[in-house]
Amino acid sequence: MEFTLLPLAILFTSLGIVPLLFALPERSARLRTTINLTAAAIKVGLVAWLSWRVSQGTIYGVGFEVLPGLAFKLQADPLAILFIALSSILWLITTIYSVGYLEKGPHRARFFGFFSLCVAATVGIAMAGNLFTFLLFYELLTIATYPLVIHRGTAEALRAGRIYLIYTLAGGLVLLVGTLWLWVMAGGTDFAAGGMMADIAAASPVQATMLFVVLIAGLGVKAALVPFHAWLPIAMVAPAPVSALLHAVAVVKAGAFGIMRVVYEVFGINVAVDLGVTLPLAIAAGITIIYGSLRALTQDDIKKRLAYSTVSQVSYITLGVALANPIAAIGALAHLIHQGLMKITMFMAAGNLAEGLGVKTVSGMNGVGRRMPGTMLAFTLAALAMIGLPPLAGFVSKWYLASGGLDAGQGWVIALLLGSSLLNAAYFLPMLHRAWFVDAGDASAARPVGRRIGWMLSAPPLVTAALVLIAGGLANAPFSPLEWTRFIVAIEYRE
Amino acid sequence: MNLDATMPDTGVIFGLAGILVFGIGLFGALSLRDSLRRVLALKLCGVGASFILIVAAWRGPGLAADPVPHALVITGIVVMVSATAVALALIRRIHSLENGRDD
Amino acid sequence: MTEIVSLDWLALTVFVPLLGAVLSFLVPRIAPQIGLMTLALAGLCVTMLALQVIPGGPVIVALGGWGAPLGLDLRADGLAIIMLGMNVLVGGFVSLGALDTFSARHAGEESARMRRYFWPLWLLLLCGLNGAYLSTDIFNLYVMIEVIALAAIGLTVLTGRLDAMRAGLEYMFASMLGALLFLMAVGLAYLQAGRLDFAGLAVHAGEPAMMLAFALMLVGLALKTALFPLHFWLPNAHASASAPASALLSGLVLKASLYILLRFWVEIFGPGERIGMLVGAMGTGAIIWGSVQALRTQRLKLLVAWSTVAQIGLICVAFALAGTIGAQTAWQGAVLLMVAHAVAKAAMFLAAGRIAQETGHDRIADLDRSHLRPTLAQFAFALAAISLIGLPPSAGFAGKWLLMEGAMRAGAWIWVVVAMAGTLFSVAYLSRPLIGFLRFDRAPDPVGEHHGWAIADAPPLMLAVIAVISGLVAVQIIGVISIGAPFGAVP
Repeated sequence: MEFTLLPLAILFTSLGIVPLLFALPERSARLRTTINLTAAAIKVGLVAWLSWRVSQGTIYGVGFEVLPGLAFKLQADPLAILFIALSSILWLITTIYSVGYLEKGPHRARFFGFFSLCVAATVGIAMAGNLFTFLLFYELLTIATYPLVIHRGTAEALRAGRIYLIYTLAGGLVLLVGTLWLWVMAGGTDFAAGGMMADIAAASPVQATMLFVVLIAGLGVKAALVPFHAWLPIAMVAPAPVSALLHAVAVVKAGAFGIMRVVYEVFGINVAVDLGVTLPLAIAAGITIIYGSLRALTQDDIKKRLAYSTVSQVSYITLGVALANPIAAIGALAHLIHQGLMKITMFMAAGNLAEGLGVKTVSGMNGVGRRMPGTMLAFTLAALAMIGLPPLAGFVSKWYLASGGLDAGQGWVIALLLGSSLLNAAYFLPMLHRAWFVDAGDASAARPVGRRIGWMLSAPPLVTAALVLIAGGLANAPFSPLEWTRFIVAIEYRE
Repeated sequence: MNLDATMPDTGVIFGLAGILVFGIGLFGALSLRDSLRRVLALKLCGVGASFILIVAAWRGPGLAADPVPHALVITGIVVMVSATAVALALIRRIHSLENGRDD
Repeated sequence: MTEIVSLDWLALTVFVPLLGAVLSFLVPRIAPQIGLMTLALAGLCVTMLALQVIPGGPVIVALGGWGAPLGLDLRADGLAIIMLGMNVLVGGFVSLGALDTFSARHAGEESARMRRYFWPLWLLLLCGLNGAYLSTDIFNLYVMIEVIALAAIGLTVLTGRLDAMRAGLEYMFASMLGALLFLMAVGLAYLQAGRLDFAGLAVHAGEPAMMLAFALMLVGLALKTALFPLHFWLPNAHASASAPASALLSGLVLKASLYILLRFWVEIFGPGERIGMLVGAMGTGAIIWGSVQALRTQRLKLLVAWSTVAQIGLICVAFALAGTIGAQTAWQGAVLLMVAHAVAKAAMFLAAGRIAQETGHDRIADLDRSHLRPTLAQFAFALAAISLIGLPPSAGFAGKWLLMEGAMRAGAWIWVVVAMAGTLFSVAYLSRPLIGFLRFDRAPDPVGEHHGWAIADAPPLMLAVIAVISGLVAVQIIGVISIGAPFGAVP
């Protein structure tokens, strides 16, 4: 009996502390940090336990009816574990970073309240057992992230927040219509390996295709699929830990994860291939990959460059799913984790540069390597991993994606990935070059512009960078992202 | 109790008169601007509606009238009187506020 | 299924508030205590009634022994229980809010008068509302809507200010006209059918005189429920009243006429699809016009009032689906939306009142210029907005989901699009004050996070929280609504 409650307990570790965090007075910083870190640590523990049990073949589910025939349903399957593990580990690390980042800043009660709510939403998205539940948490994520994006409360932040809200709520509305349509058409919204659309797709392929388009459009907004990506670079006005979380775990990943669920477990990969919708999706992902990289090239603002890089990198996941090939699928799923680790490292490092040195632009990065060696080491590792240098994490994903593309007979994928990697190098290497090999030149190098960077800011990016190294170097160890991914793909392609 | 078949002439006349009075009142309520006149127009509507109920009570010459509509009309009158009183009180209050007097 | 009970919670549900109204008028010194006591007792009556209806089916009681044809029956089915529950729930929290608004702390003649008259008027209103939900004949309904209207107008002009008086007079005219159209329809219906009870009238549905009667009722009720384009009286009336009064007017009063229209539609007249389309089109007009005005207005309370116009429009979309295969689902959605709107809008008006009280104004443009941010009230406002927009897991979400599901099952995609448009509009206008709450760079001093918290924030906050989480029990609410099959048998 207690085991069925495990998913709820994991959800509760982040959701339950939200009212507490809101109610805490601004000055009780120590208590707030204690609550946050304890909850995050407990959650990591629970997730570790859950992963162990699930790897032994247990599947947890809990649910109750909310609307006639429609249930709120949580289910901890291997795919869910993949996402929860990412979010729980990165939540712990980002919480430490946020505590350091917001030290003495205003509105911390509100910040950490919504921060927790945001993580609770990602947990719900991960464990949603049907598209209806997924939708509930998908919207909750929007509500929880909006106050984080506009945290600074400036005119610029609010303008960005408005655009963010318009995009994500419109996307949510489209997803709502899609979910409703699926419910009316198929009489259910459950996620199940192999999907549930086989009969409908055979009977009325046009409607099924339209449904697919509607669902992907609704999810594509959060996944920043071109042309729904415009909110992402604008939303980088958020504080660094929020950007880190948004780009690595919460929002874009929710979209990509939803695309996985829809393709694998609503339609079923074979049905999707028969409908002929996977190739267009792969092409859309390909366009996004190239477009994001091209735009990243010309950005001088560090966070904007990173944001466009996210547009590009997240679509690797969609690409791998859409190639409808088990090897590519392994690459896609592994990239869900790998991209999260790499991007969170870079955003935290960028946050340190801005806070410690006042450096916010690429052109201002001259000589920062010497002034912030630890942070820049982490940044460098992550950037090289993004480019795809073996044996780092990014290389592993790209390798599987490329092999999968070849295996699926889609040779253009190789060219696409090569091109993308070249572009990655083209926009990351100059940053590294400036940081390590160009002298700051003027007196600015000597005088500190920002505040002191304590261990709470400098350690987290190093830890995540180490994880990038481990995820790539030990890719074949048990419980590595790659191994877990193989486990999932075996299930999804069992049909 | 069908309108055209069993209802004697008196009933039709009363009924049409009721509808007519209601219509006049309605027209007044929609077209007049002065508050007091609008109240009076609405009173006319009320009279028209009561007419219809009274017609409904009439069962023909020599027969006892149906008591139910009569009860309804009386209730309706009571309601209308209170509504009119409230409206008049409001108008008076607005008038005194507008003219800066408090009475 | 039906049973006649001798000692009846049913009649008490109506008469307890009436008694409370009289007592609180006679003994104004302890009016608040009487008010809260009455609400508690009314809550008890509704609970006991629900305990009868939920396991046993609809309950009927004949008042004073007058049976069906003459019609002094009161009847409670599941739908009525939900509406009564809404009355006492929302009414209870608004009463708690009113305790603070009209407390003796605020000196002055105006405050004393409001304190004196709020409770009798509000309890009279509750009597009328409860009576309307339990009536089974159209004349009884006429009396109830007049009671509701008179009490509501009294609440509107309670502040005694000129703008409220003027708005109240407009409301009075609209309300009287609506009631008279209704009375005329009652006369015509009796002339035709010789009966006043729903069941007796339903037999004659479709006959020309009945259609005329229905048309008159439709216009009269649309006027009272402020359905576009007959909404002209609403924004000023709701925006100029005191916060608890606005909460009651917007949350509860409008629902009574909407409920009566819904009952008539389903149980008596069953008008054709074309009239349904017409009402749906009026609802669409309401969504567009109400939203546009809410986007333009400069005052927080006016924005909330215009949003009511738009939300009523959304609910009325359900009428366009009457008679289709999705009708039952759509009706359930409409009822959920009514309840959701009552809870959320009451919370929002109370919160808006608190914000104005703390900051000293309700100009939307200046919300971000103050260093005083009553965060709890703002939080309540934001939560209420979530339900009004229809984001999960709120009751507003559940209602909109069912409404759109009904439209989709009927293949009427146009209404799906209308509901989507309504959602986007509501995001646009409700985000205006939210942006004011969250912008800080214009404030002259640092903004304190927990400044301006007061116990008076509890009622709006509780209501808002209920609005947001009640979608999770939507299936239970629907289960209750279906008792007595008000919308026909389950297919």
